[in-house]
Amino acid sequence: MGLKVDQLRICYRTLRGDVTAVDDVTFDIADGEIMGLAGESGCGKSTLGNSLIRMDVRMRQLGGRVELDGAELPISDARAMRDYRFKVVSIIPQYAMSALNPTRRVGKMVSELLRSRGFDYKSALPEFERRVKLVGLDADILKRYPIELSGGMKQRVVMIVSTLLNPSLLIADEITSALDVSTQRAVGEMLLEFRDRNFVKTTMVITHDLSILAQVADTILIMYAGKLAEKARTDVVIGSPLHPYTQLLISSLPEVGVRHDEHTLVGIPGRPPPLLNPPSGCRFRDRCPFAFDRCAADPPFVEVQPGHSVACWLHADGVSPAGGAEQC
Amino acid sequence: MLTLDNVTKVYKTGTFGGESLPAVRGASFEIRPGEVTSLIGESGSGKSTLGKMILRLTPVTSGTISFEGTDVAGLKGKRLREYYRHVQGVFQDPFSSYNPVFRADRVFATIKRSYFPSVSNSEWHGRVEASLESVGLNPVDVLDKFTHQLSGGQLQRILIARALLLEIKILVADEIISMIDASTRVDVLNLLANLKSRGLGVLFITHDLSLGNYISERTIILRRGVVVEMGATQKVFDNPQHDYTKMLLTAVPQLHKKWGAGLAPELEAMGVTSEGEGRPGRYSRSSMHPLAAMHAWKGHRAQVVAAALETAASADRTDTYLRTHEEVPPLVEVEEDHFVVTSAGAE
Repeated sequence: MGLKVDQLRICYRTLRGDVTAVDDVTFDIADGEIMGLAGESGCGKSTLGNSLIRMDVRMRQLGGRVELDGAELPISDARAMRDYRFKVVSIIPQYAMSALNPTRRVGKMVSELLRSRGFDYKSALPEFERRVKLVGLDADILKRYPIELSGGMKQRVVMIVSTLLNPSLLIADEITSALDVSTQRAVGEMLLEFRDRNFVKTTMVITHDLSILAQVADTILIMYAGKLAEKARTDVVIGSPLHPYTQLLISSLPEVGVRHDEHTLVGIPGRPPPLLNPPSGCRFRDRCPFAFDRCAADPPFVEVQPGHSVACWLHADGVSPAGGAEQC
Repeated sequence: MLTLDNVTKVYKTGTFGGESLPAVRGASFEIRPGEVTSLIGESGSGKSTLGKMILRLTPVTSGTISFEGTDVAGLKGKRLREYYRHVQGVFQDPFSSYNPVFRADRVFATIKRSYFPSVSNSEWHGRVEASLESVGLNPVDVLDKFTHQLSGGQLQRILIARALLLEIKILVADEIISMIDASTRVDVLNLLANLKSRGLGVLFITHDLSLGNYISERTIILRRGVVVEMGATQKVFDNPQHDYTKMLLTAVPQLHKKWGAGLAPELEAMGVTSEGEGRPGRYSRSSMHPLAAMHAWKGHRAQVVAAALETAASADRTDTYLRTHEEVPPLVEVEEDHFVVTSAGAE
């Protein structure tokens, strides 16, 4: 079952016009799979994640369909989504550190949260305490105020609270960016642990940091300027990517062991196109060293090998260039 | 050359400053010209405080910072300005380093006003353009633009160009690339690395070991305000001595090596083969002995999480010097140009 997203289009309404931040996105996540979603800032990765749980007032669904566990997820209906949030779809927000109410003790906050969703705190408490211990925290954390916890502790508390009701879909948005490397590792291993213990069915990890995804994700989806660029198993994306953007992105990452004087890495020149009135055709065209005349048309996102899809004309033999290009 | 000798910084906290928090204790090192020195530490390690003290943005509690033989702490007025002509900093958030109301190139005008009032406008323009070109920017692209029209990478490079106009000798770069997108991040790094060929000394403050390893000649590992290990980058990374450095190195996420990859040989000994190159362990669930592998890995992962969390707490118990106000043991030279603090565990 898992999550199925089909041709989803999300736009932001601005005074200058509609900005399509998520454009024709199709993918699915199987049960027990951790999918990583990576891209530069402004590529629409957080918009995609947020749209699956809560649409902002500025956001509109222009088309497409989201299916979770075989049933449609009414993402554009804020009222109907109330029944899904926290129970079925849950999020670990980007700034987990500030997600906790500073005026409530952790236990009190959790009890209020559970009661507001019609659950009994008392009966959920043993499980909550068990999970608190699982991530290496003391049970007396429930009596503490958030200000008494360190950043890593707050992050772990938020993670347990978000997954307390065993959601089907967990969206983890940039959960490691504000953490130290040692805490990053603990949090990354926690995501795997949660999956292995079936606390969550499908997980979507949104980050700009590919090396974290290389550690935790089963599959990686790369987005560029609102569109999908490439999706494949983690080892394929890291080891033999096909899209030029993925290739350049990965080759520009410094790793422990790479030294400037021995091997100078290069970045990608230029910057992503504006999403308000984006140029036609492949959006990476201006920065792509392999761009050729076919790139003037929109490349289709096609499966080139089993489980490996890519949106690039270099790898779209046999697909006719007509028909793909449609404007927002 | 900038030398730090036994520099300590104690912040006053609590009501009326009743409590003291030592942020940096007994740090001694030097920033040499033509070298990039990485200062690596996790949050709260005092790495930014050190940078601020060097830039005179916060006073030193004890110890001395001297630049070419003069103690920096006493500089005032004209001599302080002279110091800033040689020592400049670039900080983490490029967007808050600028005033969004003004065009970004105003930072150059302010430099001219305070340091080069006698230079003619046309000559100044030439210098600005040359400086922008030396940081890999096209002057046409960035001059006369507002901050929101430029990318983070461009803004950071403008700040570096601004510093270069001053004929600086030391550049303090405090987490300057953590807010830049991955695709342009490495360009700014390369720029920093190239500055050293001009004879500049760069203090590169970061929490990311891979970045420090990429560009620096010398590495300083800071923990809780104490320098626990320092020396030539290759020696520190290839042969880490302190437990904390070792822990950092195993925790840093890498593309081609899994966190648990160190266990792969043990798993193979158990008869479990990993599925593909670079993907050992975790994915071996679907290979030969899925159950055995899974249990082995679950056990291992639990250990890893526990260990990572434990290190954070336990080091304070074993290494008494990490408790505040305790005397910091001296650094010992384990090999040429590689120093480690003597911890309780090492004895």
